[in-house]
Amino acid sequence: MIWNEHAECMDREQLVQLQNERLHNMISRLYYNVPFYRKKFQEMGIEAGDITTIDQLKDLPLTGKQDLRDNYPFGLFAVPQSEIVRLHASSGTTGKPTVGGYTRRDLRTWSEVVARSLSAAGVDHNDVVHVSYGYGLFTGGLGIHQGAQKIGATVIPASGGNTKKQLQIMRDFGSTVLACTPSYALFLAETMKELGIDPSELKLRRGIFGAEPWTHEMRKDIESKLHLKALDIYGLTEVIGPGVAMECEHQNGLHIFEDHFIPEILDPQTLQPVPYGQVGELVFTTITKEGMPLLRYRTRDLTTMTIEKCACGRTLARLNKFLGRSDDMLIIRGVNVFPSQIESVLLDMSETEPHYLLIVDRVNNLDILEIQVEVSEAFFSDEVRVLEGLARKIKANIESVLGISAKIKLVEPKTIERTEGKAKRVIDKRNLID
Amino acid sequence: MLLKQLSVFLENKAGRLTQVTKVLNENAINISAFSVADTSDFGILRMIVDKTDVALAALKAQDFSVSTTQVVGLVVSHQPGGLYQALELLDKKGVEIEYLYAFAYNSKAAVVIKSNDVQLVAQSLSDAGYHLLQEGELMA
Repeated sequence: MIWNEHAECMDREQLVQLQNERLHNMISRLYYNVPFYRKKFQEMGIEAGDITTIDQLKDLPLTGKQDLRDNYPFGLFAVPQSEIVRLHASSGTTGKPTVGGYTRRDLRTWSEVVARSLSAAGVDHNDVVHVSYGYGLFTGGLGIHQGAQKIGATVIPASGGNTKKQLQIMRDFGSTVLACTPSYALFLAETMKELGIDPSELKLRRGIFGAEPWTHEMRKDIESKLHLKALDIYGLTEVIGPGVAMECEHQNGLHIFEDHFIPEILDPQTLQPVPYGQVGELVFTTITKEGMPLLRYRTRDLTTMTIEKCACGRTLARLNKFLGRSDDMLIIRGVNVFPSQIESVLLDMSETEPHYLLIVDRVNNLDILEIQVEVSEAFFSDEVRVLEGLARKIKANIESVLGISAKIKLVEPKTIERTEGKAKRVIDKRNLID
Repeated sequence: MLLKQLSVFLENKAGRLTQVTKVLNENAINISAFSVADTSDFGILRMIVDKTDVALAALKAQDFSVSTTQVVGLVVSHQPGGLYQALELLDKKGVEIEYLYAFAYNSKAAVVIKSNDVQLVAQSLSDAGYHLLQEGELMA
């Protein structure tokens, strides 16, 4: 099903025309309303009216996470705060969250792209959409919620946690669509098995899974265990939230809603565009965003892109499976985690040294984070309860900064490998990339 | 009146205790008493040795987390009630004991006591006429 045939099946020439106009308009808004961008444009000798085609994008400045951090919290907003009607945030690199500000129109755009995403998955107004993404600052819950409401589906705002209760509701309310992280979907499946609930007792037929990378094997596993068709949704808070790109029922790449978000794939080293089909870093320009429009925002996600027409009829560019990250960000239970965040927690504590190792694993389909911390001489106490108290304190501090719990393991000094230059900080045992 | 105890942090993994004793052997250090406090993730090896400073330096050189702690080495008679009488005395003084462990000392029993106030423990026991082990007394 196609929600907005005009936008999604537009002739590519026409699409580029639309993008040109919207980009031109966006550059003016950035120039006049965002001092950060105006300064950059002026340094490069670019005037507000100079940019008329998307071919000029490659000569415009990129925006990175550091820029968001430098302008925390509202420095990149392009409208007065009175125009902002919603704030969302995801965890940032130094404990400061990454903020997204939305105007009324931005919320409409967001609902629109999620409505398109759900339709692409075959969801319509007859469906009962069970949203198990967290509701709150995280964009997952409210993002899917608004889009499902827009298409007229029956929405169950279940949010995360309390798995048994979720299953009861799913069974009693006849949920037909499940929206959550793929790892939570598998966790639900495990819990069903434990409780002796057969998937045939549920009416699930579609899964809208995203917010973390998952493999083809995981998809097959989820599909067979939950008796549904599992589809991949992509998005990030900085750009808008879920609904930036979505798989259709052909499961052959994620369609990018290009009338709102212009994608580029860049060589992560040279930062020059690469040809279609070649791996590079995904970069977005949010041409219609009012609250916080971003120019060439580096997602750090590595992927490939194609503009071949899909069997579904959409002419939109498609992203293939994600192949990793060009930075060290980990996604653990849908939460973005940077090793540097953990380092800053340890550095803030006088007792610990920043020698640590993160071990991420998936046990019973849930991501498990173990943090090994070296017991330095200053840290070491002769008393068990002092050491255990310290481990608890690290755990609590990590939890308050990252919002996820971790197992703290105290290890002997110098046992964490030091390599020349950069230490190896992460062991990811999950095999999330095909 | 106090003894210097060595404490070593050990991860719960095979061979760690062997490594510590290997270092001590290579430096001809004799262990008079030891105990291991273990949790699910790590252990703390506590021991009284004859050449504490040599052992400390040798273990540090091998990157062990090691520290010294002041403890009381109490000698009690090797018969029923020997420990009870000493502990009752400490109870009355309001001493809180963190841990203790015992070892044989000649024909008597010796107890290593760590408390929140080792000075008070030493003073109280000494005033009551107990024999407290001194640095070097265990050398022979």
